[in-house]
Amino acid sequence: MSATVHVTVRYFASIREAIGQGSESMDTTAHTLAELRDSLMARGAPYNDVLARGRAVRMALNQTLCDESATLNMGDEVAFFPPVTGG
Amino acid sequence: MTFTVAIQTEDFDVQHEVAQLRRGDARVGAVCVFVGTVRERNDGSAVASMELEHYPGMTEKSIQAMLTQAQQRFDIYAARVMHRVGLLHPEDQIVMVAVTSAHRGMSFQACEFLMDYLKTQAPFWKKEVTPQGVRWVDARISDDQALARWGIALSNSPSPPLK
Repeated sequence: MSATVHVTVRYFASIREAIGQGSESMDTTAHTLAELRDSLMARGAPYNDVLARGRAVRMALNQTLCDESATLNMGDEVAFFPPVTGG
Repeated sequence: MTFTVAIQTEDFDVQHEVAQLRRGDARVGAVCVFVGTVRERNDGSAVASMELEHYPGMTEKSIQAMLTQAQQRFDIYAARVMHRVGLLHPEDQIVMVAVTSAHRGMSFQACEFLMDYLKTQAPFWKKEVTPQGVRWVDARISDDQALARWGIALSNSPSPPLK
């Protein structure tokens, strides 16, 4: 049996709009961001569309930009968002 | 006040910010200020207004990290970054980067470095209201290229990573 961790997942901009919420808390058996992304996409639409691998999706772990190989720990804050367009 | 960031919905007063930034520091001989404003047109469409979203906490943290990098790379004394969020209209101020140094070269360079960094690494997103409807602004490859000039190969736009 895999260990589960409790994480907060946040969505921003076009991804937030498509999903219809900005944040959710969940228990997950995912060890990495890639596995978490897979589990969210397994929910079906709109997750499998907005988080699809071909899309430009940026990720942050505990408010620092990271890639999919980042490892999840208890209490982490994960975020998915499109490329940034400030300034 | 040395290296600070502020994210706010309210407008900012550039003259006041510059005065605060250089107050009490007679080493300063140069102040460079960049102000970004809302254009009435973007990508061929009229822009009636725009909504700026950010990631509270991460935005401040990422800009503070950029300020630390600027401080290490350039001989500068102080810097301030201000960025507005929420509803903005053409001619409104969006962003200000102000830097002080002894001579102009360092503050010019640090100011541009900070803007290039901010454009591609700080979590802000623009949504425009145009006659064709509401649209999210796309990231530009040219902004990644601008950052690459500083020897930083971090990509943001949907293109492949810069080599």
